[in-house]
Amino acid sequence: MPESFLRLLRTREAGLLGLNLLLLAAIAPFFPAFLRPGSLAGLLDDTALLILLALGEMLVLLTRGVDLSIAANLAFTGMVVALLDQYHPGLGLAPVLILSVLMGAALGAVNGLLVWRLRIPSIVVTLGTLSIYRGAVYLASGGRWVNSNQMSPQFLAFVRLQLGGVSMLSWIAIACAVLVALFLRRSVRGRDLYAAGNNPSAALYAGIDVGVMQFSAFLIAGAIAGLCGYLWVSRYAVAYTDVASGFELQVIAACVIGGVSISGGVGSVAGVVLGALFLGIIKNALPLVGVSPFFQMAVSGVVITGAVLINARGTQASALRILERRPA
Amino acid sequence: MSDVSLSARSKARVTRRPWHALVRWETLLVLAILVDFAINAHASPYFLDPWTLSDVTVSVAEKAVVALAMAFLVMAGEIDISVGGIIALASVSMGLVARAGLPLPLVVASGIATGLLAGCVNGALVTIGRVPSIVATIGTMTLFRGIAYAVLGDGVLKTYPPGFAWLGQGSVAGPVSFELVLFVALAAVAIVLRHATAFGRRVVATGSNPEASRMSGIATDRLRFALFVAVGTAAGLASVLLTSRLGSTRPSIAQGWELEIITMVILGGVAIEGGIGTIPGVVLAAILMGLVTFGLGLLNVPGIVMSVVTGTMLIVVVAVPAALRRYGGGRQ
Amino acid sequence: MQPILSLDGVAKSYGGVKALTSGALDLYCGQVTALLGENGAGKSTLVKIITGIVHADGGTITLDGKPVVIESAEHARSLGISAIFQEPVVFDALTVAENIFITGRPLKGRSVDWPTMMRRSREILAELDPSIDPAMVLGRLSVAQRHLVQIARALSNDARIVIMDEPTAALSHREAEELFAITRRLRDEGRAILFISHKFEEVFALCDRYAVFRDGAGVGQGTLQGMSSERLITLMVGRPVDQVFPKQVVAIGEEVLRVEALGRCLEYENVSFDVRRGEILGVYGLIGAGRSEVMHALFGTAPAETGRIVLNGETVSIRSAQQAIAHGIGLVPEDRQRQGAHLRLAIGDNITLPSLGRTTRGGFLSARREREQAAPLAEQLGVKMSGLRQRVEDLSGGNQQKVVIAKWLATAPRVLILDEPTKGIDVGAKAQVHRLMGELAAKGVAIIMVSSELPEVLGMADRIMVMRRGLVQGIVPRSEATPERIVKMATDA
Repeated sequence: MPESFLRLLRTREAGLLGLNLLLLAAIAPFFPAFLRPGSLAGLLDDTALLILLALGEMLVLLTRGVDLSIAANLAFTGMVVALLDQYHPGLGLAPVLILSVLMGAALGAVNGLLVWRLRIPSIVVTLGTLSIYRGAVYLASGGRWVNSNQMSPQFLAFVRLQLGGVSMLSWIAIACAVLVALFLRRSVRGRDLYAAGNNPSAALYAGIDVGVMQFSAFLIAGAIAGLCGYLWVSRYAVAYTDVASGFELQVIAACVIGGVSISGGVGSVAGVVLGALFLGIIKNALPLVGVSPFFQMAVSGVVITGAVLINARGTQASALRILERRPA
Repeated sequence: MSDVSLSARSKARVTRRPWHALVRWETLLVLAILVDFAINAHASPYFLDPWTLSDVTVSVAEKAVVALAMAFLVMAGEIDISVGGIIALASVSMGLVARAGLPLPLVVASGIATGLLAGCVNGALVTIGRVPSIVATIGTMTLFRGIAYAVLGDGVLKTYPPGFAWLGQGSVAGPVSFELVLFVALAAVAIVLRHATAFGRRVVATGSNPEASRMSGIATDRLRFALFVAVGTAAGLASVLLTSRLGSTRPSIAQGWELEIITMVILGGVAIEGGIGTIPGVVLAAILMGLVTFGLGLLNVPGIVMSVVTGTMLIVVVAVPAALRRYGGGRQ
Repeated sequence: MQPILSLDGVAKSYGGVKALTSGALDLYCGQVTALLGENGAGKSTLVKIITGIVHADGGTITLDGKPVVIESAEHARSLGISAIFQEPVVFDALTVAENIFITGRPLKGRSVDWPTMMRRSREILAELDPSIDPAMVLGRLSVAQRHLVQIARALSNDARIVIMDEPTAALSHREAEELFAITRRLRDEGRAILFISHKFEEVFALCDRYAVFRDGAGVGQGTLQGMSSERLITLMVGRPVDQVFPKQVVAIGEEVLRVEALGRCLEYENVSFDVRRGEILGVYGLIGAGRSEVMHALFGTAPAETGRIVLNGETVSIRSAQQAIAHGIGLVPEDRQRQGAHLRLAIGDNITLPSLGRTTRGGFLSARREREQAAPLAEQLGVKMSGLRQRVEDLSGGNQQKVVIAKWLATAPRVLILDEPTKGIDVGAKAQVHRLMGELAAKGVAIIMVSSELPEVLGMADRIMVMRRGLVQGIVPRSEATPERIVKMATDA
């Protein structure tokens, strides 16, 4: 239908997609290699962890919360599974995967319980657990590094499996994006998540338990962060205390660029994926364009600040129409 | 009528309030400080030495200076995540000014001015750009530290004019360090501003209900802008102290400080949603965190484990009253 | 006939405040029951109990002859109870269709069936307002359309009991007639309907039975046949009607404020009126008619884009609340909790906030001067409190409102705007607010009173300005104002 197609064109996601394509088009003439399937698969592989974490963070943001602890959760879980693999290399991959998801979910549940049962603002809770989880990495490892030569081959190989030219890590991100999209679009609980974040007091009238929604969001975000713990440690073949330190802020930036509202109830999987890819493209293109790696952070800073500024323009409440429409 | 029973209830509440809301929090902090003091003194015979105590203040005063300003900002319902980035940027700017051979006052001024300008950027994003402060300052945090990296790369700046080191390392009299004197002076100013001036009242009102404050004739945007500038300036000042103490500038300095500073503010009893908080509480929280850090240092506990202690303190301190409100005593 | 739903002796307290002491109500299938009562009589609490949003502290609820405890909103819905709330309980960021089906989305297996949801929404909306597209985001609808979406929601889930809490407050005459037609159809299908309204003409046109609440208790119910509005009002208020409004005779002086052709995009245009010393100008209209928006233009918090404001003969520019206060204008806003009071601050701090410059010296606070400022005002208004240090959130709605009025009196305004000054406050406080308005007018303050309560406007105002859809429909002097005329101006297309 042309009308619904036009509506689609006007969405933020379409704009963001256009921006991403524009960025690629601008790079292409100078560095045609960047657009080769191999490079694009590499780009996806580089951005997969950001996408995954941003999907979880989005759920929390949708319920008017924020989770600052996901990167610390990732580091803690990653260290624990790395140690498990180091000392019991014969266990295989399944226990590692299961443990990472369960442990991540448990750490997320701690956040969720404090927010839900005690009604402590999520920023305070996750600021606290961020420090605790990060310190726990040190306590678990005694400050040691777990290096690639201490990891079992299957532990390292899984994320690198290539299926159709795309890495397993990328496939996991794609699968997770599809699952979260289906959850948000098709499941009752997913829709309730939007309603609870959009208008908590109205949600109460509609029989939606806002606290349970917040808890669910933290639980899922934690589970994803835990899974990413294993994926990260395996992808970079090293586990240490400062893994992914400060990464939570990049994750939030990807969400905000993708159109997720910090005040809840607004955001889509497509937007978040595109927001993460946008940051990924910039990060991968800068060295090509000859920008010193030391400039990358400043450029990201400009991009993030600019994006949130434009975002704020778009989401400002417009006046309610009171005057009757007159024939033009 | 119903009003009668209400006012009776309220009266009971009011007479209890001094205990409940104000004194109790600060009393708890004082108790915690005393306990920690005793533990530290017990753990190390050197702890009670005045020079040791002086070291305690040095390790915490830089963060506490920023926490004083941050307390006002949080009370007004906003937050600034970018302070660590501001400190790094201000340090780089001082390093460059010093390398150019300019005199001490200009070096210090450039650090403070950088902080002030960075605060203006944050304030403009929030009040003019209408970006929620947590999002805006996450962006500028990357931006400020990013500029520091862009300028300095992995280099180090180490040349500073003579006398610069005194700011962060020198003492005013015996074991009383300049950092301590500066912090005490700023804390006194902050206490007066918060508790004795119309400005303090307006800050709390704005955090408690921004819309009603605007409707009551408070220039809430101007107020918020001023508070961001104050936090930026305080971060600039902290950068002067830190750079002087370290004697060198790297783009990575003060990494993660924002979280410690905000923890200090919340531990001091300032409500993260704004509208509630006292400066003595923040000062006590700063002392407590300084003592705990130092005590763990005496016990040779590594810095990273300290974050477990701070994080736990933060959550326990907020969760216990919340749990009591919810599960103990009368139900609301 | 046995009632389908029966409440007996239902009680509810919030903190220490008794909102409901002995609520009694019977609803019958195939009948519309009017629930009448003044603000603060306990109607909203009753609705919340029936819909499972709050739990009663005592009393019994009987459904189909069996006692029930309504656990939650979810439970109420499963019992076949549905409600249209007074404040639109809607979700701006979701589509219209999802707003309609928020409490029972059509499912296919375990997943939400969007096509069915869209189709059924379109069917329901076709009867109400075909111009609303179910795929549209609700945030883009007008105030009246939001109410229609709520009505559509009540229609969507086949409830046996439908509660309508002032559903016509934001509707035009035509829309209200359509709503009545729908309500009658629902009744004829055998549903029990509880209809809450302040408008007697609606009640007599639509309802079969009545139930009256006063001060948290049911004071009478029965069939409407043979009842007059006078007898209903006497039941509601507990005393003869003509005592309700203490209108003082005040000599009206020279013009204080005049506005000419004020306009703001989408909201209102060509708004012109004046108000004089000692005068009370009533501003009447449906909810969402643009009245509050014009007041915010006068107060500088949402300045007009066109037109001008003349104060004491001089054109002034008011672009912020500070400027309005400096010009001697005060505004008691409609949304007391959000815009009026600082609930977590002390009463004294609230009262002195807009006039802080008067009690401070060189920016320093003076507890003594603040007390001298606030205490007499709190006393004059009869704020029931334990002291000026008490927090405003501990007060009842009426006393909170008195605190908000006191803070504006502290600025010694020449023009005082009161936006719905007696909304949601109890009868005693209401009378006090009305008496105070008379006293202020007698002292020469020019008062603009926005109100949706027709008796209040007719009882208190010297002239009544009627607004509809962002336009001034006319200004009627007290002597020529009749309920029929004012309502017709406010609602007729």
